[in-house]
Amino acid sequence: MANKTVTLEIKRQASPDAPAVWENFELEWRPGMNVISAMMEIAANPVTAEGKPTTPITYDSNCLEEICGSCAMRINGKARMACSALIDNLEQPIRIEPLSKFPLVRDLQVDRHVLFENLMAVKAWVPVDGTYDLGSGPRVFPQQQEANYPLSNCISCCCCMEVCPQFNEDTDFVGAATIAQVKLFNNHPTGKVFKEDRLRALAGDGGIQECGFAQNCVEACPKGIPLTDAISDVSRDVTIQKAKDFLRG
Amino acid sequence: MASPRIIVVGGGLAGLAAVIKIAEAGGIVDLFSIVPVKRSHSVCAQGGINAAKNLKGEGDTTDKHFDDTIYGGDFLANQTPVKAMCEAAPAIIDLLDRMGVPFNRTPEGLLDFRRFGGTLYNRTAFAGATTGQQLLYALDEQVRRYESAGLVKKYEGWEFLSAVLDSRGAARGITALDLRTMELRSFPAEAIILATGGNGALFGKSTNSVVCTGSAQSAIFQQGAYYANGEFIQVHPTCIPGEDKLRLMSESARGEGGRVWVPRTAGDKRPIKQIPDSDRFYFLEEWYPKYGNLVPRDVATRAIHKVVYELGLGLDGQPMVYLDLTHIDRATLNRKLEGILEIYEKFVGDDPRDVPMKIFPGMHYTMGGLWVDFNQMTNIPGIFAAGECEYQYHGANRLGANSLVSCIFGGFRAGPNALHYSHGLECPDGNCGDASELARQAEINGKLLKNEGTENPFRLWRELGQTMTEHATVIRYNKGLKQADEKVVELLERFKNVNLSDRSQWANTSFAFARQLKNMLELSRTITLGALLRDESRGAHYKPDFPDRNDEKFLKTTKASFTGLPEGPKFEYEEVDTQYIKPRPRRYDATK
Repeated sequence: MANKTVTLEIKRQASPDAPAVWENFELEWRPGMNVISAMMEIAANPVTAEGKPTTPITYDSNCLEEICGSCAMRINGKARMACSALIDNLEQPIRIEPLSKFPLVRDLQVDRHVLFENLMAVKAWVPVDGTYDLGSGPRVFPQQQEANYPLSNCISCCCCMEVCPQFNEDTDFVGAATIAQVKLFNNHPTGKVFKEDRLRALAGDGGIQECGFAQNCVEACPKGIPLTDAISDVSRDVTIQKAKDFLRG
Repeated sequence: MASPRIIVVGGGLAGLAAVIKIAEAGGIVDLFSIVPVKRSHSVCAQGGINAAKNLKGEGDTTDKHFDDTIYGGDFLANQTPVKAMCEAAPAIIDLLDRMGVPFNRTPEGLLDFRRFGGTLYNRTAFAGATTGQQLLYALDEQVRRYESAGLVKKYEGWEFLSAVLDSRGAARGITALDLRTMELRSFPAEAIILATGGNGALFGKSTNSVVCTGSAQSAIFQQGAYYANGEFIQVHPTCIPGEDKLRLMSESARGEGGRVWVPRTAGDKRPIKQIPDSDRFYFLEEWYPKYGNLVPRDVATRAIHKVVYELGLGLDGQPMVYLDLTHIDRATLNRKLEGILEIYEKFVGDDPRDVPMKIFPGMHYTMGGLWVDFNQMTNIPGIFAAGECEYQYHGANRLGANSLVSCIFGGFRAGPNALHYSHGLECPDGNCGDASELARQAEINGKLLKNEGTENPFRLWRELGQTMTEHATVIRYNKGLKQADEKVVELLERFKNVNLSDRSQWANTSFAFARQLKNMLELSRTITLGALLRDESRGAHYKPDFPDRNDEKFLKTTKASFTGLPEGPKFEYEEVDTQYIKPRPRRYDATK
């Protein structure tokens, strides 16, 4: 019996300025394979399907259990995490490309630093007085915890930004992930001290008004975060804030 | 006088905790991390964080937490730092709560706690089953706050290569590699803190993340730091075997009532639900009636091994047993364990709310690590260590949910101690040693890139993982440990013949990996030889030929130092601080 194989087509680019080329790989199938284990296999035997020696593929990865947010890429056209992309569930040849909306570093590795900058711009933190012992935190009822916990599950993978038609250089849109974090911190009993600052940060160009309600973000989110709900809630708060600021002159 | 400059290497819980303390005291920090710090391995911690807050009316105390930790670690941990950690834990939970960690709550709005292994108390605070992720994010947010205030500069995507030492042998900075541009640089500092996690990669597949290679610890070890208790490796009883890694299935599954079992008859063909309770072998509950499914990890792991390999009762003849949650209602499962249930669903394809999970033990945690004093400083002046990369809080076996607290506590100590150490230090004769260290690293890099060999580093790594997993995990025999060490020596020799299929100078992952691999190989010998020399059984270190603990000979910390000689590291032993709790036999089949 011929061994079952897995075929992949991977978009390679040696550097940001180098031309992109597609390379094909044919690997022996093993039960439970995912896209990451396929790429590990290529690293251990870097030869294309045509028998041409090549280099191991450069890609970001770390936890391999869909919690660190590293290994986002486009797999068969869909922005998703490579670790949870099981080979048996994918149509072959499996086409793998880097995310398209972020500066390319090499092969499947892109620079998603913009998200961390956005989180800084909206002060996505709770301003505690200090780390010394100040006793217990504010009471939070289970219902509140259950509302906030999903928002706090954002792994910063940037899939929501990749699939958003408005996330591009023309609009400079911050994207859904940052908006959801604004909702999270504005909900927090202490975090809400910066509520107005956060809403103002989302009020101008590139802010929440850029959202075109395509709703791709909520579909693409690997953690099932209620992103569109967050956008409507924060959008309303931004509008109210704008009105207040206008009346205050 | 200008503020001292401290370098922190590693952006997991321990590293970020150190950064926060330093920045809060007005110090300036350069924070180095291979990955963006928010993607550090701490995100993988699932079940919770221990602190004896006694919010369940059980009479829990920090003393009991201390005793459980020491007893769980089979008396190998120095007691003074462990006692301090357990006493600090309740305030750490409060702080995390104030930082906004979405801990699960009681109806009254207070913190909820659950039970974990090796204790009889509900002592574990939790945020669903993604507690590590939530804690890391809280600290990441605080660090971002200091970053925006200009007190912290992040070097994400840089890999630590070595410490810069001055002529007195004190740390004056580091050398690091930009993983994108491949630029090699030195960075000055008055003190450095390593918070670089565990070394799961030595075992090939483990529950650890890709970056957990132990490479940084090994580099420092090769520069003269002691590596302590390397032979103590925790194998977690419940993991999902995978092609690329072993995925953790949190102890909290058992904390919430999950039961481990196999059919009493090998090859029982009945559908799972038709196997009545009387035909199910709940072996942990039978063998350990007091602790049941919540015995410590080393005990549960050996029990599973026994069931599979001695009794031949693995599921369908495979090395797997059931971890069963199906008797618990879905709403409770979703509220308390959703994160891990999703992992199982996504990676295996079955819903563990309906079907018992199939699990098997896997390498999980590095109890040993860089030797540090009670101030978290290694024997190299100015190099501190905190978190999983150092050895001091878990003895011979770590209790579940103690890792997160030890990381934060260790970071909280290392930060201020490094700051205190660093005030007003001058380099001898104005020479900090950076030029010579840079030259040494440049030479290593140049050689590696030009090497015309035939060995693929990723394949060498697989061989290392196979031999370490076979001989240096759950059950250890001296013959096997010797074989494993010989294999490591062979791999070190073959490494000289390594060939990078990629010689480019841009985001070259093969190059970075090959450098890590060399360090992994050197560090592996602290495990193989440390285990070989320890002829007893203690905590996670189990030798059937020496089944008992031998306090007279081995109630001692193993300290390995690098020699560069073919025979491997030099080993010496240090007395353990047992001033508070007198060592007693560790038995989980009876009340302690």
